[in-house]
Amino acid sequence: MTPTLFTDIAIFVLSLLVGFEVISKIPSTLHTPMMSGANAIHGVVVAGAIAIAAFADSPIGYLLTGIAGALAAANVVGGYVVTDRMLQMFRKPVSTTAPAPSDTEQGEGR
Amino acid sequence: MSALAWVIGFVYLAAAVAFVVGLHLMRTPSSARRGNLISAAGMVVAIVATVVVAVLEGTGTWLGWGALGLGLIAGGVFGAVRARTVKMTDVPQLVSLFNAVGGGAAAAIAIADLLRRGGGTVTPTSSVPIVLDVLIGSITLSGSLIAAGKLQGTIPGRPLLFPGARFVNGLVVLVALAASVLVVLWPSTIAFVIVLLVAALAFGVLMVLPIGGADAPVVVSLLNAFTGLAVAMAGFVIGNQAMIIAGALVGAAGTILTLQMAAAMNRSVLSILIGGFGTGGSTG
Repeated sequence: MTPTLFTDIAIFVLSLLVGFEVISKIPSTLHTPMMSGANAIHGVVVAGAIAIAAFADSPIGYLLTGIAGALAAANVVGGYVVTDRMLQMFRKPVSTTAPAPSDTEQGEGR
Repeated sequence: MSALAWVIGFVYLAAAVAFVVGLHLMRTPSSARRGNLISAAGMVVAIVATVVVAVLEGTGTWLGWGALGLGLIAGGVFGAVRARTVKMTDVPQLVSLFNAVGGGAAAAIAIADLLRRGGGTVTPTSSVPIVLDVLIGSITLSGSLIAAGKLQGTIPGRPLLFPGARFVNGLVVLVALAASVLVVLWPSTIAFVIVLLVAALAFGVLMVLPIGGADAPVVVSLLNAFTGLAVAMAGFVIGNQAMIIAGALVGAAGTILTLQMAAAMNRSVLSILIGGFGTGGSTG
């Protein structure tokens, strides 16, 4: 077992524990936004798509890179935008000016 | 450690802190939106850092970067447009769809990495996370699509069972497990990977079909936790710590959320998952 692998496993286990602790009691109105917010966070998979693009050297590699890129970008961009739209409903007065805050997020996956 | 590795390491650490703080702030309605924005800021930072590393250290061709660019634009535009235009009542199935594509992306990354290594140099320390990634990612891809269909109404919401479903399910699980072991032992045989992929996709479908439409949101949350684990495994495969941290975080937080959602409906996760199996109309 290499030191890197051990470090990665330790990080994985400790992150699991943080994940168990970081959200305690959640009001049921926030269940769906919370699920969507967590869904957006695993959109970090787009980093993996970028990483395989850096070493792709065959037609099947290019194809998988394109597929992974498209799926991951939909996950991360859509995830954050739809979560933000849901959470806007919790702030009544500004809900009519919807586009402004989410505009800044759109470019992140590209 | 090179200077670049130090910088990237600290940037990933900052992103991880943003994810944890963001998730934490999302517990209360008043700070929830700020939490999501902090988490999004962490994501932008992590992605920019990854692009910098990939460009500086990668051996990629223009074709590879072009394929990535096209994919990112297509997926990003689709995600943004659907997220902005969806009716609020249809949000759960859209979240389920975004979860499905996340699992699919994780599985595609593992397969791409396995093919690039050509099998010969793959040791169990990488083939085990590759197998887990393909397995979990494919289950969540097909399972979330079925759950989205149930929420949308394109697939009947009642528990769908056919005669011998339990037997077929068991068979599919056995095939998936056998294929997993075979890929770990002989990573250069692509046929085993394809069998694993197909069996895992089939299991995702068979797992969600018997679940009633009213329980679908809980199942989406469970599959969301699965995707987190698949992304963490993808992080092990390509050696990206931001993916390991964020994936594990979502895997654990998603599990807690699933338990609370089930509790709010006076249901247990176990009874939801096995609800349709054999017991007929049990709502237990």
